[in-house]
This record gives sequence, C-alpha cells and structure tokens, in this order.
Amino acid sequence: MCGIIAVIDRAGRRMDGTGIRAALSMMDERGSGEGAGYAVYGAFPEFSDSYAIHVFFDAVHETKAAVDRELEKWGTIVHDEEIPTYENRRIRKVHTPWRYFFKPDPALMPRSTTPEDDIVMHLAMKINTTIPGALVYSSGKNIAIFKASGWPEDVADFYRIQDYEGYIWLGHNRYPTNTPGWWGGAHPFNLLGWSVVHNGEITSYGTNRRYIESFGYRCTMFTDTEVVAYLFDLLVRRHGLTPELAVKALAPPFWDEIDCMEERERTLCKAIRLTYGSAMMNGPFAIVVAKPDGIVGFTDRIKLRPLVCGTAGMRLYISSEEAAIRVMEPELESVTMPAAGEPVIGRLCV
Amino acid sequence: MTIGSVPVRFGITIDRARCMLCGRCVENCPYDVFRRDEDTIHVNSRKCVACHRCVAMCPRDAISIRQRPVDYRDHPVWTEEVREAIYNQARTGKIILAGMGNAKPYPVIFDRLVLDACQVTNPSIDPLREPMELRTYIGKKPKKLEFRYDNGDISLETTLSPNLELATPIMVGHMSYGAISLNAQKSIAMAVKETGTFMGTGEGGLHPSLYPYQDRMIVQVASGRFGVNIDYLERGAAIEIKIGQGAKPGIGGHLPGEKVCEDVSCTRMIPVGSDAISPAPHHDIYSIEDLKQLVRSLKEATSWQKPVFVKIAAVHNSAAIAAGIARSSADAVVIDGFRGGTGAAPRVFRDHVGIPVEAAVASVDAKLRSQGIRNEVSIIASGGIRESADVAKIIALGADAVYIGTAALVAMGCRVCGTCYRGLCPWGIATQRPDLVARLDPEVASKQVANLIHAWTLELSELMGAAGINSIESLRGNRDRLRGYLLDESTMRVLDVKPVGA
Ligand code: SF4
Ligand code: SF4
Repeated sequence: MCGIIAVIDRAGRRMDGTGIRAALSMMDERGSGEGAGYAVYGAFPEFSDSYAIHVFFDAVHETKAAVDRELEKWGTIVHDEEIPTYENRRIRKVHTPWRYFFKPDPALMPRSTTPEDDIVMHLAMKINTTIPGALVYSSGKNIAIFKASGWPEDVADFYRIQDYEGYIWLGHNRYPTNTPGWWGGAHPFNLLGWSVVHNGEITSYGTNRRYIESFGYRCTMFTDTEVVAYLFDLLVRRHGLTPELAVKALAPPFWDEIDCMEERERTLCKAIRLTYGSAMMNGPFAIVVAKPDGIVGFTDRIKLRPLVCGTAGMRLYISSEEAAIRVMEPELESVTMPAAGEPVIGRLCV
Repeated sequence: MTIGSVPVRFGITIDRARCMLCGRCVENCPYDVFRRDEDTIHVNSRKCVACHRCVAMCPRDAISIRQRPVDYRDHPVWTEEVREAIYNQARTGKIILAGMGNAKPYPVIFDRLVLDACQVTNPSIDPLREPMELRTYIGKKPKKLEFRYDNGDISLETTLSPNLELATPIMVGHMSYGAISLNAQKSIAMAVKETGTFMGTGEGGLHPSLYPYQDRMIVQVASGRFGVNIDYLERGAAIEIKIGQGAKPGIGGHLPGEKVCEDVSCTRMIPVGSDAISPAPHHDIYSIEDLKQLVRSLKEATSWQKPVFVKIAAVHNSAAIAAGIARSSADAVVIDGFRGGTGAAPRVFRDHVGIPVEAAVASVDAKLRSQGIRNEVSIIASGGIRESADVAKIIALGADAVYIGTAALVAMGCRVCGTCYRGLCPWGIATQRPDLVARLDPEVASKQVANLIHAWTLELSELMGAAGINSIESLRGNRDRLRGYLLDESTMRVLDVKPVGA
C-alpha cells in the first residue's frame, strides 16, 4: 500500500502546502493512520546556506545538550528552535521536533572533496547511533521534513504545512507492513539534499543495508526505505553518477535486455550491474527521490507498484494515483505511466 | 595377547531362492566380496565397503547388505569407531586414511537456518512467468565507476577486469585427474559446458582430451605444481591457487605411485609410478606478500586476461586471511569448509580439523565489508553443499557462488562409500583401473550432472521468487532472508542472523 505524491515547479515558483495536503488526503485508503509526512524544498530562504538539521527529541532537556555539543564540535549553530506544532487531538505528540541551522567548518574534514556534506552526514550517523533519545531525520539545506504517526491531513495540520512554501513537495501516506508505525519510520527519509518517499517493500534490504554500511552509513530507522536516500547519496554525490545512471544501478535492465543493446550501452549497463550489484533494489516499489535541483521517480523492474506522471506547464507531478494529481491540478496536459525501471526526471530549469 | 579381528562392518546375504547365478555380483565387486564356486555364490562380508554396486547390478534383487551385525558393548564415550581405530593403529602403527567428507555427526548449520518467503505485502515472484536472473560474474569489480560526460553523451572510463560469466551460481569444484577418472572429469566437463558454468581441474593438470572444454575449466596451481606450465595456464578460463582444502586443512596432497599410470604421468608431468606429493605449504609462499607475488606473476604470465582465485580451507582466521587475499590482486577467494570431500586424507584431519563453511563465509563476508572491500572480490563457498537450499543459504550468508563436489559425484552414481582412497571405486569415478573406469559412460553421467545443476538452478529461482527476489545480486549477503532455528546465540551472532519469529 502507501500513497506517494511529488511535485516540482521547474521554474522554481514556490507553492504552499495546501495542495499537497489535499492530494495526499485523497489517498487516505492507502494508509493506516500510522504515518504520514511531507518534504519541502525551498522552505528556509532566510537560512538557505545553512544545513537545516531536524531532530526528534524524546526529552529535550535531557538530550539536547549532547546534540548541541556534537554539532559545536564540527561547526556553528547559526540558529535553533523548536519546530512549531499545533495541538491536534488525533496526533499524540511523542517527540519534540527541533531544527538547527548549522554551518559546518570544512577545515575539519580536510581529506574530503565535499567536506561540509561529509561532516553533516557523519553527524547524522553519529547522533543517531550514539545519543539515545535523539534522531536526526533531515539534514539538507533549505529543506524541511514534517512527519509523524497519523493521517496525512492530521500530520499536515499538526505542523501547519500550509505556512511553508517551496518549489518541490513530496508527500507520503504510510501503511506500515514490516515495521511498527513510529515517527522516525514515517516518510520522507532524508539525508543532506536527498529525500525519499516510497511505496512498497525492498526485499533486497538486507543486501543493500550491508552494502551501504560498508561505506560508513548507519541504518537506524528500522525500515527499508532509509537505504534509498543513502544509496543516492553514495552513488550520485560520492561516486559521481547522474540520477539516470543511479536509477540504472538501483533498478537495472534485465541481462536479456542488456545482451541486446548496442555495444556502448551494453558495456555501460554491464559495468553498472557488476559494480553496483549490491545497490540494486528488489521487490515491489515505486519511489520518488528529490534533490535540490530536481526529482526522479522510478519503479521496480517488473513494476509491482503503480506510478503515474502528469504535467501542467512547468509543473511535473508523480504519484501513486492520477486522482491525487488531479486534486492539485485538475487540468493536466499529459498523463503518462512510466515503464518498469524507467526513470521520470523533472529538473529545475532556473 | 592378540587383538583379534574387528567385527565385520557390513553383512551381506544372498537370497538363494532369488539368485539365478548370473555372476554379475562377482564381476562388479572390485573388493572381491563375491566368489563363484560351481552353483553357489560365496560371500566374504569382511571386504564389503557398502558401495552398493552389487545391489545395483543384481538382476534379481537377491542381495541385501546390513550394517553392523555385531555390536560392541555399548559405551557412550569409547564408541566402536574409537575402539576400532585404536585396534587398527595398534596393529599397523599407521595413519588411518579415509575418503569423502567429514563423517562426524557435527550439527549442520545449514539445517538450522531457514529461508524466508513473502506473503501479501511483498508479493512473491513467479519464476515461470517473470524473469529470474541467476547470471553471476566471478572476478574483480571496481569500487566505483568513472564516467566521462560530453554534452549529454556518457562514456565509461573504467576498464573492467576479466570476469567469468556463470549462467548459474553453481560450479563444480576441483577434483583432479588422478583423484577421479578421466571419464569422470569428462562427464563433469560436458555437464558444465551444457549448463553454462565452470569446473576445476584440480591439481592434476589438464588432459588433452579435455582441451575442447578448456574455456569452462579453472586450472589449479597447487604446491606440487603438477601439470603447470604456460600452456596449461593459458588454456584455462581462470586460474586457482590452492593453499588449502577443507577436508585436510594444513596438510598437502599425496597421490600414491600406483595410481600414476602413463596417462596420469603425462598430464601431471611426473614419471610413471612416482608418488605425487604436494607439500602442505607452497615453498615460495610464507606470507601474504609472497602470495601476492604468485597471484601477480600468474596474471603477468597470462597478460592479465585470466581471473586468479585463491582457495583456502575454512579455519578460524579465514576472515583475516581472506582480507589479505582480497588485497593481493586476487579476483576471488574460495573457502572450503570442513565437510569438503577428498580422494584420500588422514581420517583425523578429515573429521577434526577446520570449521563449517557457513560460519567461515559469514565471517569473511563481514570482515571484507568492514574493510569496505567486499564488492571488489568474489567469494566462492565449497565443502558440504548438498542441495539447492544450501546454495541459497550460503549466498544469503555472503557467497557469490558455490563449488559442488560430492553432490556431482553422487549424481554420477557414487554411493558415498568413502573408500575412494583405495582406488577401486566400483562406479568408475575415483579409480584409474581401466576396467572400472570403463563403467562410467561420460555421455550418460554428464547428463545426470547437468540435470542436477539444472534442477538446483530451478529450485534456487523458486526460492528466490518466494522471497520476492528476481536477481541473484539481491540474495547475496541478504541475511534478512534467513532465520536461525534452534541455533545457539553465539553462532547466530557470527552468522549475523535473527532467530525465528524475530
Ligand atoms: S548378481 Fe544377484 S543374481 Fe547374479 S549371482 Fe549375484 S546375487 Fe545372484
Ligand atoms: S567415489 Fe567411488 S569410491 Fe569414492 S565414495 Fe563414491 S563410490 Fe565410493
């Protein structure tokens, strides 16, 4: 189950959260009220060059000092605040969501080509594995994630997402089947600029997790989707693949198809499968991954989960259901269904 | 005081009413159990090894074989096996030889691991309707790829090392010409060609009649260097350096002079009738650095066109050794568990030295991952793979592919009598005696081996489909798909699997 929806305004025009709230709520029967969440890109123009580090605290007074200390070791906290939430009878507040605007000191990670990102990634892994009661669930620049256990409209109202604006929105309505519904397990999953919403199950999770962990990532959210954000970070940011090539690694063509390709393409696809075989994802899935300059949607190789795309002007929508897209945009110029494993990419053109 | 004879192990009876005195039992038993005298078949049960050749060949089903008609006084510690070994050694003063794999009833870890399947939310995949990919590449892989992007055009900068392409992750391991007959090797060669996989030559060289199958053969370089020259290396699809063997870790090999006939002598490049001794260590390898030199010189000799594997016996520090091997430029590490078969080994080694391949593979895989190099080297598991479920389980524990040995022999007719070291194998497999060798028809036996590999491959795809996996890459190292059933906690920690119900 699960319902996903994503939208990008390729011209970079910002939309508030009202539309996505309505669209996701339309897919309520794809969820169970145990988790919903939203991601918005462009949420913090006033802090756009700081990393927005979002933390769930079990008990602020007990653990926040430890997190502050960890952050201060690696850079400067420009500003921090409790994320405003609004009482909602249908959401039991189990964590206190907090956001830090943080500037890492690149001099502290001298051997890296992307020292700031590496510092923030290290901090996320370190805090999540060593500070009990604190969970970093989002860490990108100018990106906000809002998630909790509850129905889509309740989670939206709890954070009042209509008060935020952005040029990319992701929404996810969760029907947890393999792990308990908890705040950390709700989607989107984020690391640095990567945010992921996912419908399905990744049967290769055991392989993917052990692969990604050998590159220094730590899976702490008890759910399969988390690895997708890390895999994109590894493949695209650290290994320099384009998002198209990353999708070829995660949902590669079948060998029979590769065998029939012309030589150049065949060499490329074979090299990707051989090198990134452990990153390949199996099982039924439809996924949308966002990064600051675009979104990419794709499904598993035999398309066991639905994915629909719609366009209207500069806007590209990707969702589990056409009806959800039409809630946001009744007049669509085109509606298409991508083939299994084929990426749909919407790039920012500003 | 004399020891006296030990009781017979197998008692044979002939149902006289059924016997038609055809004499086939006499002809078929190379151990001289049967003798014909006028109109009676006489039996000497003491010589029987329970190879079942007579039973299989008797046209009237007149022969029955029973184990141990005489019991020792029961004792839980001083078992009959222990006592008999002492009697035999007290008499001979020699090392006891044994064939086939470990015969001790150690619990089999495989049998305490269960595979997982999908229900509802993650649908299983039907291998009859959906593609299942078992194709496996063995060899070095780069850690990451480099690309060049020229206005929209992507080209690959990284050059891949040569890899073996397997249609199924099941290969047949190294059994040398000498240990097994040429007909047995031919049967396997035809079978691996048919099924798109590979076999090992063992350390016996490559017989010219196998040249047509050379692109399916992994040639072995062991400490004795038998049959090794540049022509041999160039013929193989890959080269394997054998450091150790699961059935006898820490010791070398010995093919007795009697087995070194004309043909074996040419193939091994040693004089007729001379003992072929491979010492325990390679005399040029005393460290990982030395191993690296050999790996690299074999690569250099073959213009870096052949993958080079290194085979070690599963021992407690396999993980550290494998990490060294992975950094030595080797393309694959082969881990041979303590249930691996053998033509001949001291019984004490076969039964008591080494560790199970399940634990060794799990720890090697974990170590290579902790060092971030797992992806760059392949892991081949061997020694005690008995069925397709074992293949699935060991891959989930971290192997890329398996070698089978005994299973392939059983497919050819071997009854696991464990008497291979005597060179009288009644099925024509582990023998060089021409009349016995002739009993194995390579056409027929190869079909049986190919059938076995094919059947296991089908079962493997069914198991993967049930787990919602349609490509072998996603089963590899996927320990989430395994659960330990009545396994002790410490073993589960080594295997890194959860218990059933968790
Ligand atoms: S093979 Fe069977 S029928 Fe023939 S002689 Fe032996 S016991 Fe009798
Ligand atoms: S190969 Fe021959 S001698 Fe060895 S166990 Fe099998 S049947 Fe017996």
